Amino acid sequence: MQKITREVLIEKAASLLNEGVVSAVYGWKKGEFVYDVTPALFTTTEELEKEFVWGDFCGANFSKYLVASTRKIEGKILVFLKPCDTYSFNQLLTEHRFDREKVYAVGIPCEGMADVSKVKAAAGEGIIAIESTEEGLAVTTLYNDAPVVVPYAEALAERCINCKSKKHVAYDELIGEEGDVLESGRFDQVAELEAMTPDERFAFWQNELSKCIRCNACRDVCPACTCEKCVFNNPVSGAETKAPMGTFEEKMFHIIRAFHVAGRCTDCGECSRVCPQDIPLHLLNRKFIKDINTHYGEYQAGAEVGSRAPLVNYTTEDVEPCDVFERGDKNA
Amino acid sequence: MQVNEKKPLIVAFCCNWCSYAGADLAGNNRLAYPADVKIIRVPCSCRVNPMFILRAFQRGADGVIICGCHPGDCHYTSGNYFTRRRMAMLFSMLDYLGIEKERTRVEWVSAAEGAKFAATMNDFAEKVAALGENKRLEDLRCKR
Ligand code: SF4
Ligand code: SF4
Repeated sequence: MQKITREVLIEKAASLLNEGVVSAVYGWKKGEFVYDVTPALFTTTEELEKEFVWGDFCGANFSKYLVASTRKIEGKILVFLKPCDTYSFNQLLTEHRFDREKVYAVGIPCEGMADVSKVKAAAGEGIIAIESTEEGLAVTTLYNDAPVVVPYAEALAERCINCKSKKHVAYDELIGEEGDVLESGRFDQVAELEAMTPDERFAFWQNELSKCIRCNACRDVCPACTCEKCVFNNPVSGAETKAPMGTFEEKMFHIIRAFHVAGRCTDCGECSRVCPQDIPLHLLNRKFIKDINTHYGEYQAGAEVGSRAPLVNYTTEDVEPCDVFERGDKNA
Repeated sequence: MQVNEKKPLIVAFCCNWCSYAGADLAGNNRLAYPADVKIIRVPCSCRVNPMFILRAFQRGADGVIICGCHPGDCHYTSGNYFTRRRMAMLFSMLDYLGIEKERTRVEWVSAAEGAKFAATMNDFAEKVAALGENKRLEDLRCKR
């Protein structure tokens, strides 16, 4: 699926390291399984040669990592950014979360990343090897003799099917060609939900959100969630752990999580990617984005540095809270 | 213990400068509004964190209403404009999750509008009572 190769990235990283432009490189290492690639910092070319991996599972957005690492590391950090990552990068700069001078950003093209849940659904559990071929991902499991080929289109992550942009909005250097902002159908599913009756919607969310194990991974990975003290870590709130199914606690977590990033969420899709329970968190974020676009004008967080997020802004003509429901009688 | 006739419990967040004074005026004028409306005074309607609202529901409120100064009249110039955006987004999200939209409301009530305060509370309490008990938002662990 990915057009650029590991070699190109290693070469770029190695030359910048050797020239002394950067002192560390963000990249990916093989994880426990072939598909769980782990973000890692590399400081030498030997490490790069040995452990750097690149492929269809390298979806991690490095923007947030820069917040902590730019404070710790002397010198610049090289970071490879996919188009969608550059929006988070800009958003973090807007919020002054890291020093731009300490980062060397290289834009890399992206053809869409694979979702391991989809691969597992198509090829089965017990995956021991995944090979990228012309036709798709050739998956070898413990239980099949010949690799099962999963076409790329079937393995594509949800966020990549509805990719909003192939354009890099921030970089120091670009590998490959500049893409465009895309027309995506990312609000279609939100609209489908809106068209349901309240009872159907309640049942839908009750089913989805009760699966949540409150691992907080969605919060931890989110480049918009960079508070150092989080309301959900408060030990006396009584809200930091898993709630029994059927209570509102889970929904409260999700409403507040999405609300805290409303207007700042770049729709990078990391939250849905990391959720071990495959909860469609993007449907919550996109609801806010859709509402903001409808009521306060089109806004894409991170499209430029320094823009004012809609929820910390206002006009005297804003819609009244009671009028946002105006979507016909089906909601009555 | 009440058994059959459960009156709706309503939490009203009232801005210190307008609506709270409006509630006072309603009282001075002997205008009746339901005793189950629990007023919480806030310095400005924009002090109301979305978490306050959700917590109120979890602990057993059946409806939550936020009252502030009319847009343009905020004691702090712009607080209620932020309230308006935030609450519009929050209520729309609650509706999206399938929660009855009549349980939440924002009203602008000035210090001179005692009658509007009482009328708003009566109307709101009536609507919430018609919906019945808040089942979708409560959390048994939080109820005292
Ligand atoms: S809420 Fe999800 S999609 Fe939005 S910025 Fe955070 S991780 Fe990305
Ligand atoms: S990542 Fe998924 S399971 Fe974990 S807290 Fe978020 S929604 Fe819940």
